This record gives sequence, structure tokens and C-alpha cells, in this order.
Amino acid sequence: MESKLKNNTSKQLLWIGMIGITMFFAGLTSAVIVRSADHGWERLNNIPQWFWYSTFAIVLSSLFLIIAKKQVRQGISPTPYIFLTLILGLLFSYFQIMGWGQLVNDGIFLTGEKSHPAGSFLYVITLAHLIHVLGGLISLLVTTIKSAQVKYTKENYLGIELTSIYWHFLDILWVYLFVFLLYSL
Amino acid sequence: MSDHHKETFITKYIFSIDHKMIAKQFLITGMLMGIVGMLMSVLFRLQLSNPGESFAVLEWFFGEKWAPEGILDPNMYLSLVTMHGTILVFWVLTAGLSGTFANFLIPLQIGARDMASGFINMLSYWFFFAATIVLLISLFVETGPASAGWTVYPPLSALPEAIPGSGLGQDLWLIAMTLFIVSSLLGGLNYIVTILNLRTKGMSMSRLPLTIWAIFITAIIGVLSFPVLLSCSLLLVFDRSFGTSFYLSDIIIGGEALHHTGGSPILFEHLFWFLGHPEVYIILLPALGIVSEVMSVNSRKPIFGYKAMVGALIAIAFLSFIVWGHHMFITGMDPFLGSVFTFTTLLIAIPSAVKVFNYLATLWKASIRFTPAMLFTIGFVSTFITGGLTGLILGDSALDINVHDTYFVVGHFHIVMGLSAIYGMFAGVYHWFPKMYGRMMNKTLGYLHFWVTFICAYGVFFPMHFLGLAGLPRRYYTNSHFPMFDGLTDINEVITFFAIIGGLVQLIFVFNFFYSIFKGSKSTQNPWKSNTLEWTAPIERMHGNWPGEIPTVHRWPYDYSKPGAERDFIPQTEPLKEGETEH
Repeated sequence: MESKLKNNTSKQLLWIGMIGITMFFAGLTSAVIVRSADHGWERLNNIPQWFWYSTFAIVLSSLFLIIAKKQVRQGISPTPYIFLTLILGLLFSYFQIMGWGQLVNDGIFLTGEKSHPAGSFLYVITLAHLIHVLGGLISLLVTTIKSAQVKYTKENYLGIELTSIYWHFLDILWVYLFVFLLYSL
Repeated sequence: MSDHHKETFITKYIFSIDHKMIAKQFLITGMLMGIVGMLMSVLFRLQLSNPGESFAVLEWFFGEKWAPEGILDPNMYLSLVTMHGTILVFWVLTAGLSGTFANFLIPLQIGARDMASGFINMLSYWFFFAATIVLLISLFVETGPASAGWTVYPPLSALPEAIPGSGLGQDLWLIAMTLFIVSSLLGGLNYIVTILNLRTKGMSMSRLPLTIWAIFITAIIGVLSFPVLLSCSLLLVFDRSFGTSFYLSDIIIGGEALHHTGGSPILFEHLFWFLGHPEVYIILLPALGIVSEVMSVNSRKPIFGYKAMVGALIAIAFLSFIVWGHHMFITGMDPFLGSVFTFTTLLIAIPSAVKVFNYLATLWKASIRFTPAMLFTIGFVSTFITGGLTGLILGDSALDINVHDTYFVVGHFHIVMGLSAIYGMFAGVYHWFPKMYGRMMNKTLGYLHFWVTFICAYGVFFPMHFLGLAGLPRRYYTNSHFPMFDGLTDINEVITFFAIIGGLVQLIFVFNFFYSIFKGSKSTQNPWKSNTLEWTAPIERMHGNWPGEIPTVHRWPYDYSKPGAERDFIPQTEPLKEGETEH
């Protein structure tokens, strides 16, 4: 009973936290909508190729995490799959940074005289997402270590559940942001 | 959770995870900030009533730099107004009110040992404390504290070189606000999860006291709106510190054109007010909850229309998210969009009227006990009506544009939001003080506090409506250069007089509060003969709230003067008698 309550409260805390994060990004993306509807808005029409790769990486990472959860439910060690998710998460971060590099090469800057709100929005929104991914990576690292130490059983795997809820959320959030940026900037 | 674990001074009073201690920490920090914020208002009122005159007290407070020869510097005036608004809106009426009563009442009134996460709760306070320190430090920086108003509109807030207060003071303001938002979100998460999961046996949602309903809905509003303020602030920080142009465009300072192009300060207003208006209800809703509870207890009657009260809270919360545009009627908004915001704004009058009607119906033919808490509760109803009525004028775009930048707005929001919420807070402190400290506050001082506050508060804010209708602009350092306002000087002097007296009388409350903690007469377990669960907990403070089992709930919390009952109150823990129906 006590452990069920702990599971429920932990998950709810996470869900409500994610609602807060959603509102944060809703604020940023609606800022793009409001600003783009006004005069003087210049579209970029230039989303880096690297962001396609990062999208692929994070979606794939989520699939591995689904497998990891299934494994732990069946009493099989999920460590390899959680570790793969972590690697793909790191790859996602690398692709994002490469994407910013491509933007700079293309003359789209975050700040300065040559910058424009559309470009700045692209940097800030992707940066804000990456900061949240950092939290997810730390969580994946801790889960990987704990899993390797056989701290999870098929009855008790709250850590993996919480990590996967958050990681899937980051995945879905990125897909939303990517599609949004693709069509609005 | 153990009931009697060993506590050191540090774990008991400083890094406590006990919700009751955290509530007291919020309350006392909020009170101290309240004194700072109120003192600021009294000091800048001196300038407004006697512009350009010398006051030794101003020089004493601000020194030669900000009050040369006792005359308040215009930049310091702007800073004082900004910091007064910031402190009162966020530090006192958000954290001081919600932080105190959510923490104190949730576990005690729902029948829980503590919050879902005592650690997150403790973090919530310490983020708030850190925010407080940063904000207070900003008062002492060379260029002065932030001075772009509590709404920190760009470009003043976005360009460090704009005015002195746009410099380091504004940076510290933003850091303090970020810490504050984190604190609010941590607190809100905990409140929601605790209410959903940790209610004792029998405590269904339909048996929750209205205080808890109000806090629950407030927390939801906070979780949905504060992150948007965070995104708004993030873009502002990028504009200020990294040279982006989200809110800035075509700006010339000192004859030099800045590089910013393509930004829009109106965008900031959209994002800010998306939080800003729900924030009004983050402030008001806990006060509405407290008032419902205190009124029912002291009327010895069930609250009128419990379900309607809950419904009204939900309706107000929902509507609060679709009315932000009424703060922006004069930004050149499309008139059609303005009419949409007028419509949604005026809709709020419906649930607000439901609440007022229910309060009056609760008071109708009641055996009212005029305790200080009850007086503040009735005072709340008064200001909620008075301020609400002028809200109808300001909600209508056609009327609002005539008075938007005048003292009419200052009078309106101080009465409906400031006074109402602070009355709710006072009511809560007087009512739950015996539960917090096991002692009673002095009643006579309480009466004195109420009556002088009530008269002075109206004395300050009621005349402001007439100043506004006469066209007197708000935010200005002085209006002495506009001869058409010369005739309004007397009114401004009267307002300042009431502000000084009203400010001084708060010292009586502060004295009463701290004196009663140590010397107040000892309280009985249930001094107000109340039904809610907190009064079944022992007077002695203990972590875990109840020794042994947590009590089971059998009825709603408003069984006062129930026909056929032996007493005029029936605690929630008392089982229904055979044949007895629940309300």
C-alpha cells in the first residue's frame, strides 16, 4: 500500500511537472505565432539537416526505452537498452549542437546586428529543449547504473518508469517543436 | 513517517520538512517583506502628496544619493513603486498567503501526516528565501533597484542603459523572480499531489473544506501560468544580456541607434499578462477559501451553496486564462479582439457574483461572532464588491481606454486584489494563530487593527477613483507641471495621511503577533468550535500531526447549527447518527 502510494505520488509529481514544462514551451511557441503575425517578420526557411538526424535519434531512443521497460517487467536485465537510450540521447545532443553550427555557417545568428527574431527563436527554443534533455540524460545515467547494480526487479522498477515517462515526454516535445519550427520559421 | 523522530535546532526551525514549520517560515518572511513593501509605499506617497518638498525621513532612508536634501530622486521613486508592487504581489500575497496557508492547512485539513514530499516542500521555502535575499540585495546596488514597474515592460527592462534602475537592479530582479517561480512551482506540485493522494479515510473531494478547494485550484493555475512567465523572462534575459531582439526594435539612445530590429514589446505584454491575470487569482483564490471557512465558523451556519462555491472557483480559474488582453486595450489592439476580451472579462462577474451572493446568504440571519478574523472576513466581502464593481468598468474596452493610465486603475486593483487578499490573510492569521502557536492573539488589539486598517484603506484607495476620473496619470513622479491637476493636491494629501496612519497601525498587528507567540493566553484545542480536522490534532506541535491513527472523516465540514444536533457544531470526525442525512 505504502509503495503503491509512493508510485502514484512520484508519477503525479512528474506528470504535473511535465505539464509545467509544456506550458513553458507553449509560451515560447505562442510567442513565435504572435510575433510572426505582426509586421516585419522574416521567415528563415532554413532548418538544419542535423535536426532531422536528431529527431531520428530521439525517436529511436524512445523505442529502446520501451523495450527496456518490457524487459524489466519480464525479469530480464534492461541495462543494455537503457544504455543504448543514453547513447542515443547523447547523440541527439551532439546533432543539436552541430545544427547550431550549421545555422552559424548559413549566416543565422542568435544575437548581434545580423540576427533576427526568427533565428533567435530557433536557437532559444532548441536550447531550452536541450537543457531539459540534460535532465533526462542525468536520469538515464542514474537508471543505467542502478540497473547494472540490479536495483530493479519486475515488481519494483519505479526509477525506470519515471525515467521513461520523462524521456518519452522529451521525445514527443521535440517532435512537436521540430514540426512547429519547420512550418513556422 | 515517525511521529516522534529526534530533531535538532536546525532540522526543527531552519531546514525543517514539517509542513507547519515551513508554513510559519513563509508567514514570517512574508510579513517582514510586507513591512518593507508597505514602508516603500508610505515613503513614495510623501513625494506624491508633497512633490519636491524636503523630508528628513527620506534622506535618512535613502541618503544623499537618492534623496538629496530630503527630496526623493525621480529614479528612486520609480524603483520604490516597482519594488512595492513586486514585493506585495509576489512576496506577500502569493508566497506569504499561499505558502503559509497551503502548507499549514493542506495536511491538517485533509488528514495527512505531512506533504507528499517534505523535501520538495523545504526546497520550495529555501528557493523563496534565496529569492528574498537577492531581491533585498538589489535595494543596495549603486544604480538602485529595478524601476521598470512590477510588470517590467521592455524596453525599460530590456536595455541596461535605459535608466539607472535598468542596470544591475533589473538583473537581480530577474534572478530573484526566477528563484521565486521555481519556489512556486515546487510548492504547487506538492499541494496538488498531496490533496489528490493523501486525504484520510472518508475525506472525499466533496467533503473538502473550501480552503483546500481554493488552494488546490490556485496550485493548478500556478502550474499552468508561472512557466509562461518563465519563458517570457527567458526571452527578456536574452534581449538584455545577449543582444537578441525579441522585444526590441528601432531604438535610439543618446542619439545612437541600437542594432535591435524586428522585436515587439507588445509580445512581452502578451506573455506577461498570460501569467499576470491568472496571478490575480493566484492571489485571490486562497483568500476566498479562507474567507469561506472563517465566515462559516463564525456565522455558525453552513456555507451557503458549497457546490456553487466550488463551481465558481473552477469557473474563475478557467476564465482567468482567457482575459489577459484586458490589460492591453490601449496597445493598439484590434477593436474586435478587444471586444472578445471584454466579453470574457465581463463573464468573470458571474462566478464572482455567485461567491458574493453566497457570502451574503451565509451571513443572513446568522448568529455572527465578531472575532477579529470575522471582521476581516466581512471586510473582504466589502472590498471584493467595491473593487469588483470598478472591474466592470475596466473590463469594458470602450470605458477602459479613458481611464487606463490613471489612478482609477490603481484604486481598483488595490481594493479588489490587494485589500481583499490581505484581509483574507489577516483573517487566516487571526483564525489559525491558536493552531499555529497554541496561544490566542489579543482581541482588543485585533479590533483596533481591523477598524483603523479598514477606514484607512478606503481612505487611501477610494479617492483614487476620483483622481483617475479627473485624468490624473499613474506612474508619474510628479504632476506639478500640469496646472489642471493643481486642484487635486488636497486629495493626494488626504490619501498620504491615511496611508501613514494605515501603515503605522500594522505595527500593532506585528506586535500582537510576536507578543502572542510568547505571552498570549493559552488556547484550548478547538477555540472556535470548528468542524474541520485540524482542530482534532493536539495543541502540542508534533511532526505527523496526530498521535496514533489519523482520524476518519464522516461528514462535510459545514455542519453548523444542524437541526436536531446537541451542539451548534459537529466535527467532521463524528459519525452520522442513525437516520441522519449528510447536509
